[in-house]
Amino acid sequence: MLDKNGIAKRIAKEIKDGYYVNLGIGIPTLCANYIPKGVDIVLQSENGILGMGPFPFEGEEDTDLINAGKQTVTLLKGASIFDSAMSFGMIRAQKVDLTILGAMEVSENGDIANWKIPGKMVKGMGGAMDLVASAKNIIVAMQQVNKAGESKLLPKCTLPITGVQCIKKIVTELGVYDVLPEGGFKLLERAPGISVEHIIKSTAGKLIIYGEIPEMKID
Amino acid sequence: MNKRVENADEAVKDVKDGMTIALGGFGLCGIPENCISALVKKNVKGLTCISNNAGVDDFGLGLLLHQKQIKKMISSYVGENAEFERQMLSGELEVDLIPQGTLATRLMAAGYGMPAIFTPAGVGTEVAMGKEVRKFKFNGTEKDYLMEYAFEPDFAIVKAWKGDTQGNLVFRLTTRNFSPLVAMSGKITIAEVEQLVEPGELNPDNIHVPGIYVHRIFQGENYQKRIEQRTVRKKQ
Repeated sequence: MLDKNGIAKRIAKEIKDGYYVNLGIGIPTLCANYIPKGVDIVLQSENGILGMGPFPFEGEEDTDLINAGKQTVTLLKGASIFDSAMSFGMIRAQKVDLTILGAMEVSENGDIANWKIPGKMVKGMGGAMDLVASAKNIIVAMQQVNKAGESKLLPKCTLPITGVQCIKKIVTELGVYDVLPEGGFKLLERAPGISVEHIIKSTAGKLIIYGEIPEMKID
Repeated sequence: MNKRVENADEAVKDVKDGMTIALGGFGLCGIPENCISALVKKNVKGLTCISNNAGVDDFGLGLLLHQKQIKKMISSYVGENAEFERQMLSGELEVDLIPQGTLATRLMAAGYGMPAIFTPAGVGTEVAMGKEVRKFKFNGTEKDYLMEYAFEPDFAIVKAWKGDTQGNLVFRLTTRNFSPLVAMSGKITIAEVEQLVEPGELNPDNIHVPGIYVHRIFQGENYQKRIEQRTVRKKQ
């Protein structure tokens, strides 16, 4: 079973040279630590940065420079700053190659729910609805099974959705899946030590398995 | 054309109960601290505030919430703010949560003279309820778009790094965020700046908001510029 860093490591292998990438809060942010050597990418932060760098060294924080998670960050050489309309403009216009974000539920037709739990304080969707509605390539990082043992890969989302039919790839603690255009989670890889049976039991939506499923390589 | 006013109190002198105000800033980054303090002092009530976030309990728009000056918040993310949560759950505060890009673009539309925009954000979700949906073929595919109206706030309030007395504004780093869009949206736009300079001192090539959008400008003071999430790494 993969931990958060394991999920991030596996997703990082999907990031290709020359990509502009938007990383959501949580596990997606960790992906930046595992970009393969020789892969040159530019990170976008939707408050208005291209070329976002790592956290600043202690004492070098700049109160005027934060990311979309409101964390202090740095800029890399070649970075640019712009307003939020342009930022979402480049997202909507599909100039950003890859979006990686978290989810609470994904349905077998690619709907995603990640912004609201009825009965709990709603904090808002932030940029999530814009990102899922527009990104040409979205990878979801999520826990497939919650603490109560319930699968979060569902026939239909039970939570209010963030976007419809927009998710094409999912990486969880148990495996890697494509969401097929005709519906269904196609199992591509198993997490180390996880059996296909375990995955079948942990998937509430339609699971599609063709032939031998390889164990993923993450290191 | 000299748009300089003395201070925040003078800048917000005619903000009245029940008005709609758009405010720049992302989290606590780049918020108009002086004008927020002046609005707290003035104690105008029943405000509708358009702002990406709602501040924290003891700073930013949280200060207006604390005095129950806000009737309605229009935001994309309202974060960790206990008083906000209490007022929202008790029904004292009306909250309209909208996607961040939609918020930015509705402000932009106002400044560009466009009554509405079409965006795919929120299609098929509760955000789309009661809104017009149109199909467009664009960027190689046909899909649904939501029609969203431009905001038309009575006042727009931003904080810039530098500004001149003509109202031209320059922002520093990510304090830019929503601020140029907010500045463009106001029937009356107020800018507070860290450095107020004379015309000619700013490079015309580097202006982020041309002065035509700004009606009042003043030199701000005592900026706290708080950091919400101080994240650092250790030197090797």
